[in-house]
Amino acid sequence: MIPAALATATALGGAGAAAGPVLPQRVRGAVVGVLTAGVGVAGGASGVAALGGSRWSDQVPGLLPLAGAHFAVDALSGLFMAVAGAVVAAVAVYGVGYVAGHGAHGLGSRGAQALLPLFSLSLVLVPAAASVSTFLLLWELMALTSLLLVLAEHRARPAVREAALWYAVMTHLGLVLLLVGFMVYVAQAGGETFAALRLGTGGMSPTVRGLVFVLTAVAFTSKAGLVPLHAWLPRAHPEAPSAVSALMSAAMVNLGVYGLVRVGFDLLGGGPAWWWLLVMAMGGLSAVYGILQAAMASDLKRLLAYSTCENMGLVVLGVGAAGLYAHAGNRALAGLALAAALLHVVNHAAFKALLFTGAGSVLRATGQRNLDLLGGLRAKMPVTAGLLTVGALGAVALPPGNGFISEWLLLQSMIHGLAVPGVTTAIVMPLAVAVIALSAGLAASVFVKALGVGFFARPRGEGAAAAKESPVLMLAGMGLLAALCAVLALVPGLLGEGLHRAVAAVGFAGTGPVSGGGLRVRLEEVSATLSPLWVVAALVVALGAVMATAGWAARRRQRRTQDRLWDCGGGAPTPRMAYTATSFAEPLQRVFDDVLAPEQDVDVTPVRESAYLVERVKFRNRVPDRIEHRLYRPVLGLLAAAGQWARRLAGGSVHAYLGYGFFVLVALLLVLVVGW
Amino acid sequence: MNTVGYTAIALQVGAVVAGAPLLTGLMRQTRARLEGRVGAGVLQPWRDVRKLLRKEPITPVGTGPAFRWAPLLLVATSLVLAVLVPLISTNTPVRARADLIVVVALLALGTLALALGGLDTGTAFGGMGASREMTIAALVEPTILMAVFALSIPAGSTNLPVIVAGAAGQPARLASPAGLLAIAALAVAVLAESGRLPVDNPATHLELTMVHEAMVLEYAGPDLALVEFGAQLRLTVLLGLLASLFAPWGIATGASLTAVLLALLLVVLKVMVLGMALAAAEVFWAKVRLFRVPELLAGSFLLALLAVTVSYFLGGEGGQ
Repeated sequence: MIPAALATATALGGAGAAAGPVLPQRVRGAVVGVLTAGVGVAGGASGVAALGGSRWSDQVPGLLPLAGAHFAVDALSGLFMAVAGAVVAAVAVYGVGYVAGHGAHGLGSRGAQALLPLFSLSLVLVPAAASVSTFLLLWELMALTSLLLVLAEHRARPAVREAALWYAVMTHLGLVLLLVGFMVYVAQAGGETFAALRLGTGGMSPTVRGLVFVLTAVAFTSKAGLVPLHAWLPRAHPEAPSAVSALMSAAMVNLGVYGLVRVGFDLLGGGPAWWWLLVMAMGGLSAVYGILQAAMASDLKRLLAYSTCENMGLVVLGVGAAGLYAHAGNRALAGLALAAALLHVVNHAAFKALLFTGAGSVLRATGQRNLDLLGGLRAKMPVTAGLLTVGALGAVALPPGNGFISEWLLLQSMIHGLAVPGVTTAIVMPLAVAVIALSAGLAASVFVKALGVGFFARPRGEGAAAAKESPVLMLAGMGLLAALCAVLALVPGLLGEGLHRAVAAVGFAGTGPVSGGGLRVRLEEVSATLSPLWVVAALVVALGAVMATAGWAARRRQRRTQDRLWDCGGGAPTPRMAYTATSFAEPLQRVFDDVLAPEQDVDVTPVRESAYLVERVKFRNRVPDRIEHRLYRPVLGLLAAAGQWARRLAGGSVHAYLGYGFFVLVALLLVLVVGW
Repeated sequence: MNTVGYTAIALQVGAVVAGAPLLTGLMRQTRARLEGRVGAGVLQPWRDVRKLLRKEPITPVGTGPAFRWAPLLLVATSLVLAVLVPLISTNTPVRARADLIVVVALLALGTLALALGGLDTGTAFGGMGASREMTIAALVEPTILMAVFALSIPAGSTNLPVIVAGAAGQPARLASPAGLLAIAALAVAVLAESGRLPVDNPATHLELTMVHEAMVLEYAGPDLALVEFGAQLRLTVLLGLLASLFAPWGIATGASLTAVLLALLLVVLKVMVLGMALAAAEVFWAKVRLFRVPELLAGSFLLALLAVTVSYFLGGEGGQ
């Protein structure tokens, strides 16, 4: 089943990549979309099969020179493949509708349509790689295709180029780190297949293992978009075409988590506490910082991108806790924490893909990403608004949304960290709980802002006033994702077996962290149950009771629907008077003033005759990404200065260049002589 | 056992629904007496509800489903809470589902629905109220979660009936440093969550100080009745939760009907005392400036964090 499905996915992806450039524009989007959806379905099917318990490994000696290509699929890979496959399939359906309106530009261009199936294929295949060379090759295929897809709309907006540059540099620095890390690892372990690495780990010194872990973990967390290596994410996600940002945010960043789990737990076999404390620190930092920046953002897609930082932070927090528990020897609790983290990966993928595709619909209908200029869309685009509400409900981590289930599990795994004695857990776990609670609270505010300001009330801009509902295929793609969210929210127990296998794949067997046959989530290790279906049923019953009572009490009166707003007697307010996203976020900005360090400029131009009469006041308020400011600016400045200085070396004289060559050669020889 | 359990739930929901407006009336009356006024009588909130329910329901032009559904959802979440929170018996048919995190999340869901309703009107006041309410809620939710974790650590579970039954069996737990810190933190969070005085003035109609009121300005008639009733339910449930967590004496843990009836009487008394104490305190308090509220909440968050850390250390030693 698995090899056949993967072969199908590869064939479909190849066919899509070949069909993209040659087909006429009229049918290009549809054909490529169907082929890409096929990639998703086939990849997802192999993932589901792996989650169901089948395993597969094989090698194709001729495919790569020297080493050959190695593939292996276990339940852990299966989970990530299933997630990527589901997202790819739904987004491909959405993409057909999206491209139809775009003509031959942006995502509809020949190049982009050739790259989309390849990118989708790489998302599915990365978790199946079982040797360093195969993994790195697929990893780079994923990075390169996504980079070019981010560039798809570079003619439309200059900001795209800057975003792509940031993404290119960060992702390739990550690749360099991965290369160095794996080089050290392979050299020490004496083999480049994952099986050989696993065997070789035992004989390595702790220092080398630590070095390998830090190098690869930095690369993987940067791919997952964790603070402080997140700088590319809030740039690349908003500027990419929405279908691409959905794929990147819901499937690609997950693979950073996959890498971390695969290398940290499976290959290196866990490690000392400081590894995982480092991981948890990064996760906690990105959770809070990401959601704070999202609370300040008024660009809808930027808000979603920062929310990805937050959610990946929560996931990595769980991964770190699992490592800490495993180090302390409590494998059952480690399994619980890892299962919570993986479940959050699944949930996040479902609701974030839905939210990004929804943002794409809004962007397509209004030409606007700025929440301050949106509003009133629920009347113009009722289906999109309804589907986005489902996504937002998942993202705020409240019942009956799907995000609640995984955050509940995550919290349970942290609370029961008490079972692991020691000062480290006693300090770290309460802080982790605080981080999760704070980010959950802020997330509620973020998505109330996104939904309430962007979709309710009245239109505040021309784009929003003229918006029309999206085409059926876009809605269908979003509907698939919304259905996925609903299933995950109501019957999360369906995933119990698969999660158990995925966690067992890295060695945390225990007695099955999550069980409960579909309707409930029951934790075996710590006595706790959650029945999301019960909560929903209770809410529905209560809602029915309230409606019946209120309706009975007010039965005498008809509802008057065309009445004026009261607004404190002020009379019909104009849309200009409504709260915008910026004003909504202002109290939070004040509260977190010290952390966010907002910049405000007030320019007062007085009338020439008198300093007391004002002609014009210009007010500017910006919340810059402070970490980026402090961390990247100096480095960029230094590099620019070094570049300027280095220009002096290139004076144009051939003699000088020959001289450089000579002296470098001599220096190298000297180093060799001294060194050996 | 089952019949007694179901009876307990029915009694509890009945008491909360009937008693929520009475509690508000009692608190207003207490305040009035302390301020030297006669007051409107304890039954006034019920009279208000009856009056409002008879009025014409109005959906202003330009509002959407969020505006219509918010009051219903607010009351529905409060009703589910009234079923879940163990007020008179820990041995009810829903005891396995009364998870503390679910309780906090349902509270937040009600707040969120109302904030969306406020934003849906598109007025400046609706937006202002929603923005302020969500700012406060964003800081209250973590505080409540932390405080209840401090309590769930000695019980080894986040299940409310387990925590309450454990505390009823071992009163010394409550007098521990962790318990006291958690009480203080949770009390502040309850004040903020129910929109009471140092954080929000429930009787205000002055634009600059409004939080909750600004959000619901556009509601009229039966919708307004539901909004008010929902707020009263939340206050009652939260005070009941405080009473159950920190003074669980008398709560029924077995399956005897007399114990349940006694517990009902006791919890009504406890909530009345808490409500009157709160009303009395409000006479002497001034509302804190909006941008000082986060300091108050940050303080209580810190208390809760300390409570959790302390109970980790103490619990860890006790568990060895």
